Amino acid sequence: MSQSRPGPKNNLANLNSQSILTPDFNTIKIQTLEATNIKDPEYFHKVVDCQYACPAHTPVPEYIRLIAAERYTEAYMVNWESNVFPGVLGRTCDRPCEPACRRGRVEEEPVAICRLKRVAADNKGEVKHLMPRPAEHKNGKRIALIGGGPASLTVARDLAPLGYEIHLYDEQELGGGMMRSQIPAFRLPEEVLNEEVNFILDMGIHTHLKTYVSSMKEMLEKDYDAIFVGTGAPRGRDLPDLPGRWDAPESVHIGIEWLASVAFEHLNKIGKKVIVLGGGNTAMDCCRTARRLGGTDVKVVVRSPFSEMKASPWEKEDAMHEDIPILDCHVPKSFVTENGVLKGMMFEKVHAVYDEKGRRSLVPIGEPDVFIEADEVLMAIGQENSFPWIERDLGLEFDKWEMPTVDPVTFQSTLEKVFFGGDSAFGPKNVITAVAHGHQAAVSIDLYCRGESLQKRPDPMTNLVSQKMGIHEWSYDSAVVEDVRYVVPQADKRATLSNRKMEVELGFSQGIGFKEAQRCLNCDVQTVFNTSRCIECDACMDICPTSCITFTTNGPEEELRMRLIAPAPNTDQDLYVSDLLKTGRVMVKDEDVCLHCGLCAERCPTAAWDMQQYLYSVTKACKLPGAVL
Amino acid sequence: MTYVRPTFRNPHLPTNELGYTQKDYEGALSTLCAGCGHDSISGAIVQACYELAIEPHRVAKLSGIGCSSKTPAYFLSNSHGFNSVHGRMPSVATGAYLANRDLVYFGVSGDGDSASIGMGQFVHAIRRNLNIVYVVMNNGCYGLTKGQDSATADAGSKSKAGHVNLFQAIDLAGLALELGASFVARSFSGDKTQLIPLLKAALAHPGFAFIDVISPCVTFNNNVGSTKSYDYVREHMEATATMDFVPIKEAITTQYDAGSSKDITLHDDSMIRLHKLATDWDPQDRQSAMNAIHHARAKGEILTGLIYIDEGLQDLHEVIQTAKQPLNAIGKEVLCPGSKALETLNEGFR
Repeated sequence: MSQSRPGPKNNLANLNSQSILTPDFNTIKIQTLEATNIKDPEYFHKVVDCQYACPAHTPVPEYIRLIAAERYTEAYMVNWESNVFPGVLGRTCDRPCEPACRRGRVEEEPVAICRLKRVAADNKGEVKHLMPRPAEHKNGKRIALIGGGPASLTVARDLAPLGYEIHLYDEQELGGGMMRSQIPAFRLPEEVLNEEVNFILDMGIHTHLKTYVSSMKEMLEKDYDAIFVGTGAPRGRDLPDLPGRWDAPESVHIGIEWLASVAFEHLNKIGKKVIVLGGGNTAMDCCRTARRLGGTDVKVVVRSPFSEMKASPWEKEDAMHEDIPILDCHVPKSFVTENGVLKGMMFEKVHAVYDEKGRRSLVPIGEPDVFIEADEVLMAIGQENSFPWIERDLGLEFDKWEMPTVDPVTFQSTLEKVFFGGDSAFGPKNVITAVAHGHQAAVSIDLYCRGESLQKRPDPMTNLVSQKMGIHEWSYDSAVVEDVRYVVPQADKRATLSNRKMEVELGFSQGIGFKEAQRCLNCDVQTVFNTSRCIECDACMDICPTSCITFTTNGPEEELRMRLIAPAPNTDQDLYVSDLLKTGRVMVKDEDVCLHCGLCAERCPTAAWDMQQYLYSVTKACKLPGAVL
Repeated sequence: MTYVRPTFRNPHLPTNELGYTQKDYEGALSTLCAGCGHDSISGAIVQACYELAIEPHRVAKLSGIGCSSKTPAYFLSNSHGFNSVHGRMPSVATGAYLANRDLVYFGVSGDGDSASIGMGQFVHAIRRNLNIVYVVMNNGCYGLTKGQDSATADAGSKSKAGHVNLFQAIDLAGLALELGASFVARSFSGDKTQLIPLLKAALAHPGFAFIDVISPCVTFNNNVGSTKSYDYVREHMEATATMDFVPIKEAITTQYDAGSSKDITLHDDSMIRLHKLATDWDPQDRQSAMNAIHHARAKGEILTGLIYIDEGLQDLHEVIQTAKQPLNAIGKEVLCPGSKALETLNEGFR
């Protein structure tokens, strides 16, 4: 259990000096690195790259091992405790964990973390009894949540079991927010969403659905002990000044509004020829939905070059797989209409030019403008926050971009009982970020309602335990599997394109899920070094497959990094430096490409190295009963 | 139990002049005890060959029997190898060297293999001045048969079981020097900064290059009272000199005070640059090298580093004036000139 608070860890700040003897017998003082403080809860956390990159810090390797052990229910609960919506996120997450995955630094592709999460969700057993029950004794505090999306639902989940009376307001007829209105059913089936939303709503949440909150002042008058705003970024960007925009308004739609109309079944068809403007994931959802509603000739047209589009690479692939061409470097110039009927759009062809600071500008290439036919146009060119319902005289400050002033740690606004989270706090991000905000806002609201300081936040829960089972035997599968990433199978295209609600991805089978899970390098099993036990036999240095251990004299970080057996140019990854050894050297381990294979510990004759599993659980208001963490 | 070494390697591994990384010089995963000094020596050999950019297929590794003699399996997998009979490696090496003078030879042996069963072979290989790097991985005990004292165990050294050795030790470096070896050195498996340049110099030396490497047996001879333990050797090591091996192309950057430094240029214009620590010692004077060894022994110190080098001694091929090419490069007609030529030859002896 850690005692210290997580602090920013920067090796460069920990310079020390050491006297060394030069070959010509001069004693000089050199700047050296201080021994690594592995008691700092953030040090080993950072080594678990996926977990560190995840906004909610889900303990990824832990649940991947549970999946490999066919313990799907437990794997689901490890996820649920941390990210609240494993079934939803296992299908739709933006996956910040995957680019961070260590596997991608030693091999081509990261572990398919996101789709493994879905394996846990698909195969879980009964979970309801493992979840916290609504408190038997209420604590008398009432909390209002405005907006029914992932951020608000996370706050509800964390606070309801503590005895808070939660009132959730949303303008739609069902909870889920953008997960329901913006993510199409062929990517996220309604049953999956409903199940995970209801896990929370069933905790005795008072729902006020189909209720549009039109005044913060009125909400404040209802005398809630705290108010959480999780209203997302509800306004889709328009091109109001583009010539022709208002000549055939019924054929031009805002992407997210159109997706919501489809989701709530107010709309079920679209013209044959469709242009989707924009290069983000909403554009991909729009074009693929259009294909299912009768669009036979759907094109995505985007200003930026293909490689710089905001959409995730796999979403672009899925769109192209459904016969949707993506035309890049086309800037919209005008809507073309005839007698009030949309005929298409004109585009100017450009290319990207970069100045010396790397800033991009799109410069016309001088070719004649391009006309693309269209019956309807969907604009998915960005989203904005919008708070017309918050009066500006309540003491709740807004900045010059009309964004509320929100503390990035406590999520408190300048009106002390009002908190923000999700897209409404700092602009559009994604579901997993909204969940992370929700957890922290819940901690703040709980502290606030108990009259405690919001700055004195409880420590994260950490634990470091040896995995040694015997000689050359660890309680985790230490052998590194060399399989390449498995592909998630998809349903037949003809079937999915004719049914808007049919899920395209089939998910990994249990067998493939096991194989993919085995690709995980178990980065949470740490290589822990004990200086006093080391006899400096070099065995670990010789055996390390990725040459990440070096015994050498200490020095300034920049110089030391280049002096190691294999240079360590990736400064995003720390060097693990030991205390001074008997010979005056130190052990330096480059955390960058360590495979966590345990060979150093197996080779160590004195157990100076040990493989110890590090669990890190982010501070939350409510702990899970009987949780693994 | 894993004992499986992943094939992933550090993507930032540097390459040598041949474009090879260290991986190209590695061997199979060692089955020796965890922490065995021999594994460090294997690591040092890998590093030395990598740094000198020796083509792995131009190396032959020869060994006898024992823990030490298993190690050629654990380095240079892409090289030739011959695991011979106990103590008979020098004979096999002699044959191989006579057949192909162009390869780089590593003779790998241990204290049992060279100082006991193979002593007769060892001394004759020195006498013949084979062009070979002869490494003895010296742990002072028979690790493969549970740690009995070997012939290099010091008198008074205590075994793990508490038994004290009563016999005088054979000092292989002293013996090699006495027999006229043209390159004699001693090192310690736990000191790669010394061992790697020594190995590189030995590889560049055109004759019998002997390195006695003290290599603690972690399982049977790393206890208090042993004179071959990691701690004891570290405390009692005295180096003749710190040493750099400077390949031909590299500019010399280290500057030492005049008087204590000495450069020895090898036949290929590479250079051993010594910064002498021992007084009254000249690595090119056998007498002073002998004295240095004796003085160190009298003081209870273990003398390490380069002890003696003689660049002038002719190697076996030069002495017996054999063909300049390896046998496999000489055509069959020359090697087997036929019965006619044999008859003529025989006639000449009548």
